[in-house]
Amino acid sequence: MSLWEYANPVKFLRLSERVLPALWVFAGLCVATGLIWGFFATPDDYRQGSTVKIIFLHVPSALMAINAWFMMLVTSLIWLIRRHHVSALAAKAAAPVGAVMTVIALATGALWGQPMWGTWWAWDPRLTSFLILFLFYLGYIALWEAIEDPDTAADLTSVLCLVGSVFAVLSRYAVHFWNQGLHQGTSVPVATGARTVSDVFFIPLVICMIGFGMLFVALVLYRTGTEIRLRRTRALLARGARGA
Amino acid sequence: MMPELGKYAFEVLSAYGVSLLLLAALLGLSIARDRRARADLRHAEEETRRNG
Amino acid sequence: MIALLLRDLRLALRAGGGFGLGLAFFLILTVLVPFSVGPQSTLLGTIAPGILWLGALLACLLSLDRLLALDFEDGSLDVLATAPIPLEGALAVKGLAHWITTGLPLVVAAPALGVLLNLPGAGYGWLVVSLLLGTPALSMIGVFGAALTVGIKRGGLLLSLLVLPLYVPTLIFGAEAARRGAAGLDPATPLLMLTGLSLGCIALLPFAASAALRMNLR
Repeated sequence: MSLWEYANPVKFLRLSERVLPALWVFAGLCVATGLIWGFFATPDDYRQGSTVKIIFLHVPSALMAINAWFMMLVTSLIWLIRRHHVSALAAKAAAPVGAVMTVIALATGALWGQPMWGTWWAWDPRLTSFLILFLFYLGYIALWEAIEDPDTAADLTSVLCLVGSVFAVLSRYAVHFWNQGLHQGTSVPVATGARTVSDVFFIPLVICMIGFGMLFVALVLYRTGTEIRLRRTRALLARGARGA
Repeated sequence: MMPELGKYAFEVLSAYGVSLLLLAALLGLSIARDRRARADLRHAEEETRRNG
Repeated sequence: MIALLLRDLRLALRAGGGFGLGLAFFLILTVLVPFSVGPQSTLLGTIAPGILWLGALLACLLSLDRLLALDFEDGSLDVLATAPIPLEGALAVKGLAHWITTGLPLVVAAPALGVLLNLPGAGYGWLVVSLLLGTPALSMIGVFGAALTVGIKRGGLLLSLLVLPLYVPTLIFGAEAARRGAAGLDPATPLLMLTGLSLGCIALLPFAASAALRMNLR
Protein backbone atom coordinates (compact mmCIF):
# COMPACT_ATOMS: atom_id res chain seq x y z
CA MET A 1 0.00 0.00 0.00
CA SER A 2 1.71 3.15 -1.11
CA LEU A 3 0.74 6.69 -1.83
CA TRP A 4 1.06 6.04 -5.56
CA GLU A 5 -2.05 3.86 -5.42
CA TYR A 6 -4.08 7.04 -5.41
CA ALA A 7 -2.60 8.01 -8.74
CA ASN A 8 -5.27 5.69 -10.08
CA PRO A 9 -8.21 7.99 -10.89
CA VAL A 10 -10.85 5.54 -9.71
CA LYS A 11 -9.13 4.97 -6.39
CA PHE A 12 -8.57 8.69 -6.05
CA LEU A 13 -12.24 9.40 -6.61
CA ARG A 14 -13.31 6.72 -4.16
CA LEU A 15 -10.99 8.05 -1.48
CA SER A 16 -11.81 11.70 -2.02
CA GLU A 17 -15.52 10.91 -1.95
CA ARG A 18 -15.02 9.28 1.42
CA VAL A 19 -12.81 12.04 2.84
CA LEU A 20 -14.42 15.12 1.38
CA PRO A 21 -17.57 15.44 3.54
CA ALA A 22 -15.56 15.36 6.75
CA LEU A 23 -13.00 17.71 5.24
CA TRP A 24 -15.65 20.22 4.19
CA VAL A 25 -17.19 20.17 7.65
CA PHE A 26 -13.82 20.53 9.38
CA ALA A 27 -12.68 23.32 7.04
CA GLY A 28 -15.99 25.13 7.35
CA LEU A 29 -15.94 24.86 11.14
CA CYS A 30 -12.37 26.12 11.38
CA VAL A 31 -12.90 29.03 9.02
CA ALA A 32 -16.17 29.97 10.65
CA THR A 33 -14.79 29.67 14.19
CA GLY A 34 -11.62 31.56 13.36
CA LEU A 35 -13.34 34.35 11.49
CA ILE A 36 -16.22 34.76 13.95
CA TRP A 37 -13.79 34.69 16.85
CA GLY A 38 -11.54 37.12 15.06
CA PHE A 39 -14.33 39.43 14.03
CA PHE A 40 -16.48 39.50 17.17
CA ALA A 41 -14.29 38.49 20.05
CA THR A 42 -10.93 40.18 19.60
CA PRO A 43 -10.11 43.55 21.09
CA ASP A 44 -8.91 46.49 19.02
CA ASP A 45 -5.20 46.96 18.66
CA TYR A 46 -4.03 50.13 20.37
CA ARG A 47 -2.30 51.29 17.21
CA GLN A 48 -4.29 49.75 14.37
CA GLY A 49 -7.73 50.00 15.92
CA SER A 50 -10.24 47.58 14.51
CA THR A 51 -8.29 47.06 11.27
CA VAL A 52 -6.31 44.41 13.10
CA LYS A 53 -9.27 42.12 12.45
CA ILE A 54 -8.30 42.03 8.78
CA ILE A 55 -5.27 39.85 9.44
CA PHE A 56 -7.55 36.86 10.06
CA LEU A 57 -8.26 36.95 6.33
CA HIS A 58 -5.04 38.42 5.04
CA VAL A 59 -2.43 36.13 6.55
CA PRO A 60 -4.15 32.79 5.87
CA SER A 61 -4.99 33.70 2.28
CA ALA A 62 -1.46 34.93 1.61
CA LEU A 63 -0.12 31.72 3.09
CA MET A 64 -2.34 29.61 0.87
CA ALA A 65 -1.56 31.70 -2.21
CA ILE A 66 2.10 30.74 -1.92
CA ASN A 67 1.44 27.16 -0.81
CA ALA A 68 -0.89 26.63 -3.76
CA TRP A 69 1.88 27.52 -6.18
CA PHE A 70 4.25 25.25 -4.30
CA MET A 71 1.76 22.42 -4.49
CA MET A 72 1.37 23.02 -8.24
CA LEU A 73 5.15 22.87 -8.56
CA VAL A 74 5.28 19.50 -6.78
CA THR A 75 2.37 18.00 -8.74
CA SER A 76 3.83 19.30 -12.00
CA LEU A 77 7.10 17.56 -11.20
CA ILE A 78 5.25 14.35 -10.36
CA TRP A 79 3.42 14.57 -13.68
CA LEU A 80 6.61 15.17 -15.64
CA ILE A 81 8.48 12.34 -13.91
CA ARG A 82 5.85 9.67 -13.26
CA ARG A 83 3.08 10.75 -15.62
CA HIS A 84 0.15 10.28 -13.26
CA HIS A 85 -2.83 12.07 -14.73
CA VAL A 86 -4.32 12.83 -11.32
CA SER A 87 -1.23 14.84 -10.48
CA ALA A 88 -1.48 17.07 -13.55
CA LEU A 89 -5.21 17.53 -13.01
CA ALA A 90 -4.63 18.44 -9.36
CA ALA A 91 -2.25 21.20 -10.49
CA LYS A 92 -4.89 22.44 -12.90
CA ALA A 93 -7.51 22.32 -10.17
CA ALA A 94 -5.35 24.23 -7.70
CA ALA A 95 -4.47 27.17 -9.94
CA PRO A 96 -7.78 29.08 -9.75
CA VAL A 97 -7.92 28.49 -6.00
CA GLY A 98 -4.46 29.94 -5.64
CA ALA A 99 -5.37 32.89 -7.85
CA VAL A 100 -8.43 33.67 -5.72
CA MET A 101 -6.33 33.43 -2.56
CA THR A 102 -3.87 35.89 -4.08
CA VAL A 103 -6.68 38.31 -4.89
CA ILE A 104 -8.03 38.02 -1.33
CA ALA A 105 -4.58 38.68 0.08
CA LEU A 106 -4.10 41.70 -2.18
CA ALA A 107 -7.59 43.11 -1.57
CA THR A 108 -7.48 42.74 2.18
CA GLY A 109 -3.97 44.12 2.20
CA ALA A 110 -5.10 47.18 0.26
CA LEU A 111 -8.03 47.69 2.59
CA TRP A 112 -5.71 47.49 5.58
CA GLY A 113 -3.12 49.71 3.93
CA GLN A 114 -5.55 52.53 3.20
CA PRO A 115 -6.06 53.60 6.84
CA MET A 116 -2.67 52.41 8.12
CA TRP A 117 -0.24 53.63 5.47
CA GLY A 118 -2.60 56.22 3.99
CA THR A 119 -2.58 54.52 0.60
CA TRP A 120 -4.33 51.59 -1.02
CA TRP A 121 -1.23 50.50 -2.77
CA ALA A 122 2.47 51.00 -2.29
CA TRP A 123 5.16 49.45 -4.44
CA ASP A 124 6.49 47.66 -1.45
CA PRO A 125 8.46 44.47 -2.20
CA ARG A 126 5.94 42.16 -0.62
CA LEU A 127 2.96 43.69 -2.33
CA THR A 128 4.72 43.75 -5.66
CA SER A 129 5.80 40.11 -5.37
CA PHE A 130 2.22 39.12 -4.76
CA LEU A 131 1.02 41.04 -7.76
CA ILE A 132 3.62 39.26 -9.88
CA LEU A 133 2.53 35.93 -8.40
CA PHE A 134 -1.00 36.77 -9.51
CA LEU A 135 0.25 37.41 -13.06
CA PHE A 136 1.93 34.01 -13.02
CA TYR A 137 -1.34 32.38 -11.97
CA LEU A 138 -3.14 34.16 -14.81
CA GLY A 139 -0.62 32.99 -17.40
CA TYR A 140 -0.72 29.43 -16.08
CA ILE A 141 -4.52 29.26 -16.19
CA ALA A 142 -4.62 30.86 -19.64
CA LEU A 143 -2.17 28.29 -20.99
CA TRP A 144 -4.32 25.44 -19.67
CA GLU A 145 -7.36 26.93 -21.34
CA ALA A 146 -5.63 27.55 -24.66
CA ILE A 147 -4.37 24.05 -25.49
CA GLU A 148 -6.83 21.51 -26.77
CA ASP A 149 -5.01 18.25 -26.21
CA PRO A 150 -5.11 17.57 -22.44
CA ASP A 151 -1.80 15.72 -22.24
CA THR A 152 0.09 18.38 -24.16
CA ALA A 153 -1.58 21.00 -22.00
CA ALA A 154 -0.47 19.16 -18.86
CA ASP A 155 3.09 18.90 -20.19
CA LEU A 156 3.40 22.50 -21.23
CA THR A 157 1.81 23.96 -18.11
CA SER A 158 4.13 21.81 -16.00
CA VAL A 159 7.15 23.22 -17.80
CA LEU A 160 5.73 26.72 -17.40
CA CYS A 161 5.20 26.07 -13.70
CA LEU A 162 8.81 24.96 -13.24
CA VAL A 163 10.31 27.86 -15.17
CA GLY A 164 7.78 30.24 -13.67
CA SER A 165 8.77 29.18 -10.15
CA VAL A 166 12.39 30.03 -10.83
CA PHE A 167 11.43 33.41 -12.26
CA ALA A 168 8.96 34.06 -9.44
CA VAL A 169 11.75 33.60 -6.92
CA LEU A 170 14.07 35.76 -9.03
CA SER A 171 11.37 38.44 -9.23
CA ARG A 172 11.00 38.38 -5.49
CA TYR A 173 14.67 39.13 -4.95
CA ALA A 174 14.74 41.60 -7.83
CA VAL A 175 11.79 43.45 -6.33
CA HIS A 176 13.50 43.64 -2.94
CA PHE A 177 16.56 45.03 -4.61
CA TRP A 178 14.55 47.45 -6.73
CA ASN A 179 12.60 49.02 -3.95
CA GLN A 180 15.60 49.45 -1.71
CA GLY A 181 17.16 51.20 -4.65
CA LEU A 182 14.21 53.53 -4.88
CA HIS A 183 13.54 54.32 -1.26
CA GLN A 184 16.83 54.38 0.50
CA GLY A 185 16.38 54.91 4.19
CA THR A 186 12.61 54.59 4.25
CA SER A 187 10.71 51.40 4.81
CA VAL A 188 7.08 50.51 4.73
CA PRO A 189 6.11 48.93 8.02
CA VAL A 190 4.90 45.58 6.75
CA ALA A 191 6.56 43.43 9.33
CA THR A 192 5.49 45.50 12.30
CA GLY A 193 2.06 45.59 13.85
CA ALA A 194 -0.05 42.63 14.60
CA ARG A 195 2.22 39.87 13.47
CA THR A 196 4.08 39.55 16.72
CA VAL A 197 1.15 40.03 19.06
CA SER A 198 -0.25 38.18 22.01
CA ASP A 199 -2.43 35.09 22.16
CA VAL A 200 -5.58 37.17 21.89
CA PHE A 201 -4.97 37.51 18.17
CA PHE A 202 -2.73 34.55 17.66
CA ILE A 203 -5.13 31.73 18.56
CA PRO A 204 -7.94 32.73 16.18
CA LEU A 205 -5.30 33.44 13.54
CA VAL A 206 -3.95 29.89 13.82
CA ILE A 207 -7.49 28.52 13.61
CA CYS A 208 -8.05 30.58 10.47
CA MET A 209 -4.80 29.35 8.96
CA ILE A 210 -5.75 25.73 9.61
CA GLY A 211 -9.22 26.43 8.24
CA PHE A 212 -7.92 28.03 5.03
CA GLY A 213 -5.48 25.18 4.60
CA MET A 214 -8.22 22.58 4.98
CA LEU A 215 -10.48 24.59 2.71
CA PHE A 216 -7.74 24.62 0.09
CA VAL A 217 -7.24 20.85 0.35
CA ALA A 218 -10.97 20.24 0.14
CA LEU A 219 -11.38 22.56 -2.85
CA VAL A 220 -8.45 20.99 -4.70
CA LEU A 221 -9.68 17.43 -4.06
CA TYR A 222 -13.16 18.42 -5.17
CA ARG A 223 -11.98 20.23 -8.29
CA THR A 224 -9.58 17.42 -9.16
CA GLY A 225 -12.57 15.07 -9.08
CA THR A 226 -14.34 17.39 -11.52
CA GLU A 227 -11.35 17.34 -13.85
CA ILE A 228 -11.13 13.53 -13.69
CA ARG A 229 -14.80 13.30 -14.66
CA LEU A 230 -14.34 15.75 -17.51
CA ARG A 231 -11.39 13.75 -18.75
CA ARG A 232 -13.30 10.48 -18.64
CA THR A 233 -16.24 12.05 -20.47
CA ARG A 234 -13.89 13.23 -23.17
CA ALA A 235 -12.36 9.77 -23.47
CA LEU A 236 -15.78 8.14 -23.73
CA LEU A 237 -16.92 10.59 -26.37
CA ALA A 238 -13.73 10.06 -28.35
CA ARG A 239 -14.23 6.31 -28.19
CA GLY A 240 -17.85 6.74 -29.26
CA ALA A 241 -16.83 8.91 -32.17
CA ARG A 242 -14.28 6.33 -33.29
CA GLY A 243 -16.78 3.50 -33.01
CA ALA A 244 -19.48 5.27 -35.02
CA MET B 1 -23.86 41.80 19.05
CA MET B 2 -22.06 43.85 16.43
CA PRO B 3 -18.60 44.81 17.66
CA GLU B 4 -17.66 48.47 17.79
CA LEU B 5 -15.40 48.94 14.77
CA GLY B 6 -14.82 52.64 15.26
CA LYS B 7 -13.63 54.77 12.40
CA TYR B 8 -12.33 51.80 10.42
CA ALA B 9 -15.70 50.11 10.06
CA PHE B 10 -15.73 50.50 6.30
CA GLU B 11 -12.32 48.92 5.77
CA VAL B 12 -12.89 45.98 8.10
CA LEU B 13 -16.37 45.22 6.85
CA SER B 14 -15.45 45.48 3.20
CA ALA B 15 -12.37 43.28 3.72
CA TYR B 16 -14.58 40.58 5.22
CA GLY B 17 -17.23 41.16 2.59
CA VAL B 18 -14.88 40.99 -0.38
CA SER B 19 -13.09 37.90 0.92
CA LEU B 20 -16.21 35.96 1.74
CA LEU B 21 -17.73 36.95 -1.58
CA LEU B 22 -14.65 35.73 -3.47
CA LEU B 23 -14.58 32.46 -1.54
CA ALA B 24 -18.28 31.96 -2.13
CA ALA B 25 -17.87 32.65 -5.84
CA LEU B 26 -15.00 30.16 -6.06
CA LEU B 27 -17.05 27.56 -4.22
CA GLY B 28 -20.12 28.22 -6.34
CA LEU B 29 -18.22 28.01 -9.61
CA SER B 30 -16.48 24.81 -8.52
CA ILE B 31 -19.80 23.22 -7.60
CA ALA B 32 -21.48 24.31 -10.83
CA ARG B 33 -18.60 22.95 -12.86
CA ASP B 34 -18.67 19.65 -10.98
CA ARG B 35 -22.43 19.29 -11.45
CA ARG B 36 -22.03 19.83 -15.18
CA ALA B 37 -19.10 17.39 -15.36
CA ARG B 38 -21.10 14.72 -13.51
CA ALA B 39 -24.11 15.20 -15.79
CA ASP B 40 -21.96 15.05 -18.92
CA LEU B 41 -20.23 11.92 -17.68
CA ARG B 42 -23.53 10.20 -16.90
CA HIS B 43 -24.79 11.16 -20.33
CA ALA B 44 -21.65 9.87 -22.05
CA GLU B 45 -21.72 6.63 -20.09
CA GLU B 46 -25.34 5.99 -21.05
CA GLU B 47 -24.52 6.74 -24.65
CA THR B 48 -21.65 4.25 -24.73
CA ARG B 49 -23.76 1.61 -23.00
CA ARG B 50 -26.51 2.02 -25.58
CA ASN B 51 -24.10 1.89 -28.49
CA GLY B 52 -21.64 -0.62 -27.13
CA MET C 1 24.42 25.58 -36.61
CA ILE C 2 26.07 28.47 -38.34
CA ALA C 3 24.08 27.62 -41.45
CA LEU C 4 20.93 27.75 -39.36
CA LEU C 5 21.92 31.13 -37.95
CA LEU C 6 22.62 32.49 -41.43
CA ARG C 7 19.34 31.11 -42.71
CA ASP C 8 17.37 32.74 -39.92
CA LEU C 9 19.16 36.03 -40.42
CA ARG C 10 18.57 35.94 -44.18
CA LEU C 11 14.89 35.13 -43.70
CA ALA C 12 14.49 37.97 -41.22
CA LEU C 13 16.19 40.38 -43.60
CA ARG C 14 14.20 39.32 -46.60
CA ALA C 15 10.87 39.43 -44.82
CA GLY C 16 11.84 42.90 -43.67
CA GLY C 17 9.91 42.45 -40.45
CA GLY C 18 12.67 41.82 -37.93
CA PHE C 19 14.74 44.97 -38.12
CA GLY C 20 12.13 47.37 -39.36
CA LEU C 21 9.04 46.71 -37.29
CA GLY C 22 10.68 46.39 -33.91
CA LEU C 23 12.70 49.55 -34.42
CA ALA C 24 9.73 51.52 -35.74
CA PHE C 25 7.70 50.40 -32.74
CA PHE C 26 10.47 51.49 -30.38
CA LEU C 27 10.60 54.89 -32.10
CA ILE C 28 6.85 55.42 -32.01
CA LEU C 29 6.59 54.42 -28.39
CA THR C 30 9.34 56.87 -27.47
CA VAL C 31 7.62 59.64 -29.43
CA LEU C 32 4.30 58.93 -27.74
CA VAL C 33 5.71 59.16 -24.21
CA PRO C 34 6.09 62.98 -24.13
CA PHE C 35 2.54 63.29 -25.48
CA SER C 36 1.23 61.25 -22.58
CA VAL C 37 3.30 62.66 -19.70
CA GLY C 38 3.91 66.20 -20.94
CA PRO C 39 6.94 67.93 -22.43
CA GLN C 40 8.80 68.98 -19.23
CA SER C 41 12.38 68.06 -19.94
CA THR C 42 13.35 67.36 -16.33
CA LEU C 43 10.53 64.88 -15.93
CA LEU C 44 11.38 63.22 -19.24
CA GLY C 45 15.03 63.00 -18.29
CA THR C 46 14.12 61.29 -15.03
CA ILE C 47 11.93 58.65 -16.60
CA ALA C 48 13.97 58.22 -19.81
CA PRO C 49 16.00 55.13 -18.75
CA GLY C 50 12.89 53.32 -17.61
CA ILE C 51 10.89 54.26 -20.70
CA LEU C 52 13.68 53.19 -23.04
CA TRP C 53 14.00 49.86 -21.25
CA LEU C 54 10.26 49.31 -21.37
CA GLY C 55 10.17 50.25 -25.04
CA ALA C 56 13.00 47.85 -25.88
CA LEU C 57 11.24 45.10 -23.96
CA LEU C 58 7.95 45.63 -25.76
CA ALA C 59 9.65 45.86 -29.14
CA CYS C 60 11.32 42.54 -28.34
CA LEU C 61 7.98 41.04 -27.40
CA LEU C 62 6.42 42.19 -30.65
CA SER C 63 8.43 39.87 -32.85
CA LEU C 64 8.26 36.79 -30.63
CA ASP C 65 5.20 35.13 -32.08
CA ARG C 66 6.89 34.91 -35.46
CA LEU C 67 10.02 33.46 -33.92
CA LEU C 68 8.95 29.84 -34.23
CA ALA C 69 5.46 30.02 -35.73
CA LEU C 70 6.57 30.30 -39.36
CA ASP C 71 8.96 27.37 -39.04
CA PHE C 72 6.25 25.41 -37.27
CA GLU C 73 3.77 25.95 -40.07
CA ASP C 74 6.05 24.97 -42.95
CA GLY C 75 7.40 21.97 -41.08
CA SER C 76 11.02 23.04 -40.77
CA LEU C 77 10.76 22.68 -37.00
CA ASP C 78 10.04 18.98 -37.43
CA VAL C 79 13.15 18.73 -39.55
CA LEU C 80 15.14 20.58 -36.91
CA ALA C 81 13.83 18.31 -34.17
CA THR C 82 15.03 15.22 -36.02
CA ALA C 83 18.25 16.83 -37.26
CA PRO C 84 21.62 15.59 -35.94
CA ILE C 85 22.26 18.83 -34.03
CA PRO C 86 20.54 18.88 -30.64
CA LEU C 87 17.29 20.82 -30.53
CA GLU C 88 18.63 22.74 -27.53
CA GLY C 89 21.43 24.09 -29.68
CA ALA C 90 19.09 24.89 -32.55
CA LEU C 91 16.85 26.88 -30.22
CA ALA C 92 19.81 28.71 -28.73
CA VAL C 93 20.79 29.67 -32.27
CA LYS C 94 17.25 30.82 -32.92
CA GLY C 95 17.48 32.97 -29.83
CA LEU C 96 20.77 34.38 -31.06
CA ALA C 97 19.25 35.17 -34.46
CA HIS C 98 16.35 36.89 -32.76
CA TRP C 99 18.75 38.89 -30.64
CA ILE C 100 20.80 39.96 -33.66
CA THR C 101 17.74 41.01 -35.64
CA THR C 102 15.80 42.60 -32.77
CA GLY C 103 17.89 43.16 -29.66
CA LEU C 104 21.01 44.53 -31.29
CA PRO C 105 19.24 47.18 -33.43
CA LEU C 106 17.38 48.30 -30.32
CA VAL C 107 20.64 48.67 -28.44
CA VAL C 108 22.07 50.75 -31.28
CA ALA C 109 18.95 52.90 -31.59
CA ALA C 110 18.49 53.49 -27.87
CA PRO C 111 20.98 56.41 -27.52
CA ALA C 112 19.34 58.28 -30.41
CA LEU C 113 15.97 57.90 -28.74
CA GLY C 114 17.59 58.91 -25.46
CA VAL C 115 18.21 62.30 -27.04
CA LEU C 116 14.51 62.64 -27.73
CA LEU C 117 13.73 61.94 -24.10
CA ASN C 118 16.38 64.28 -22.76
CA LEU C 119 18.41 61.51 -21.13
CA PRO C 120 21.13 62.96 -18.87
CA GLY C 121 24.62 62.80 -20.40
CA ALA C 122 26.03 60.27 -17.96
CA GLY C 123 23.25 57.84 -18.82
CA TYR C 124 24.02 57.01 -22.45
CA GLY C 125 26.89 54.64 -21.86
CA TRP C 126 25.17 52.76 -19.06
CA LEU C 127 21.93 52.58 -21.04
CA VAL C 128 23.71 50.91 -23.94
CA VAL C 129 25.68 48.61 -21.67
CA SER C 130 22.61 47.55 -19.70
CA LEU C 131 20.61 46.91 -22.86
CA LEU C 132 23.50 45.02 -24.39
CA LEU C 133 23.73 42.77 -21.34
CA GLY C 134 19.99 42.44 -20.80
CA THR C 135 18.47 41.92 -24.23
CA PRO C 136 19.95 38.40 -24.67
CA ALA C 137 17.90 37.34 -21.65
CA LEU C 138 14.80 38.87 -23.25
CA SER C 139 15.42 36.93 -26.46
CA MET C 140 16.00 33.61 -24.71
CA ILE C 141 12.93 34.01 -22.49
CA GLY C 142 11.07 34.84 -25.69
CA VAL C 143 12.26 31.62 -27.33
CA PHE C 144 10.93 29.70 -24.34
CA GLY C 145 7.58 31.49 -24.53
CA ALA C 146 7.37 30.93 -28.27
CA ALA C 147 8.14 27.24 -27.81
CA LEU C 148 5.34 26.96 -25.25
CA THR C 149 2.71 28.59 -27.43
CA VAL C 150 3.79 27.50 -30.90
CA GLY C 151 0.98 24.98 -31.28
CA ILE C 152 -1.74 27.48 -30.44
CA LYS C 153 -3.53 29.36 -33.16
CA ARG C 154 -3.45 33.11 -32.56
CA GLY C 155 -1.24 32.57 -29.54
CA GLY C 156 0.25 36.07 -29.69
CA LEU C 157 -1.74 37.52 -26.85
CA LEU C 158 -1.24 34.44 -24.70
CA LEU C 159 2.47 34.62 -25.45
CA SER C 160 2.58 38.17 -24.07
CA LEU C 161 0.69 37.10 -20.97
CA LEU C 162 3.17 34.28 -20.36
CA VAL C 163 6.35 36.12 -21.23
CA LEU C 164 5.80 39.49 -19.57
CA PRO C 165 5.84 38.16 -15.97
CA LEU C 166 9.04 36.31 -16.85
CA TYR C 167 10.54 39.61 -18.02
CA VAL C 168 10.08 41.22 -14.61
CA PRO C 169 13.52 40.51 -13.10
CA THR C 170 15.36 41.46 -16.29
CA LEU C 171 13.45 44.71 -16.54
CA ILE C 172 14.04 45.55 -12.89
CA PHE C 173 17.79 45.03 -13.00
CA GLY C 174 18.25 46.51 -16.46
CA ALA C 175 16.23 49.64 -15.83
CA GLU C 176 17.80 50.02 -12.41
CA ALA C 177 21.28 49.91 -13.90
CA ALA C 178 20.35 52.47 -16.57
CA ARG C 179 18.66 54.69 -14.00
CA ARG C 180 21.59 54.60 -11.60
CA GLY C 181 23.93 55.32 -14.47
CA ALA C 182 21.84 58.31 -15.55
CA ALA C 183 21.71 59.61 -11.98
CA GLY C 184 25.49 59.35 -11.66
CA LEU C 185 25.36 56.51 -9.13
CA ASP C 186 27.32 53.31 -9.30
CA PRO C 187 25.41 50.81 -11.47
CA ALA C 188 27.74 47.87 -10.86
CA THR C 189 25.44 45.76 -8.67
CA PRO C 190 22.39 45.72 -10.96
CA LEU C 191 24.65 45.25 -13.96
CA LEU C 192 26.23 42.19 -12.38
CA MET C 193 22.82 40.81 -11.49
CA LEU C 194 21.63 41.50 -15.04
CA THR C 195 24.62 39.74 -16.53
CA GLY C 196 24.08 36.77 -14.27
CA LEU C 197 20.46 36.65 -15.30
CA SER C 198 21.33 36.75 -18.99
CA LEU C 199 23.97 34.05 -18.66
CA GLY C 200 21.59 31.89 -16.65
CA CYS C 201 18.87 32.30 -19.25
CA ILE C 202 21.25 31.46 -22.10
CA ALA C 203 22.54 28.41 -20.26
CA LEU C 204 19.29 26.93 -18.98
CA LEU C 205 16.34 28.14 -21.00
CA PRO C 206 17.25 26.31 -24.26
CA PHE C 207 16.65 23.07 -22.35
CA ALA C 208 13.26 24.18 -21.08
CA ALA C 209 12.37 25.56 -24.52
CA SER C 210 13.33 22.39 -26.35
CA ALA C 211 11.41 20.28 -23.83
CA ALA C 212 8.33 22.42 -24.47
CA LEU C 213 8.86 22.30 -28.23
CA ARG C 214 9.17 18.51 -28.26
CA MET C 215 5.88 18.32 -26.39
CA ASN C 216 4.30 20.54 -29.01
CA LEU C 217 5.72 18.58 -31.95
CA ARG C 218 4.72 15.18 -30.59
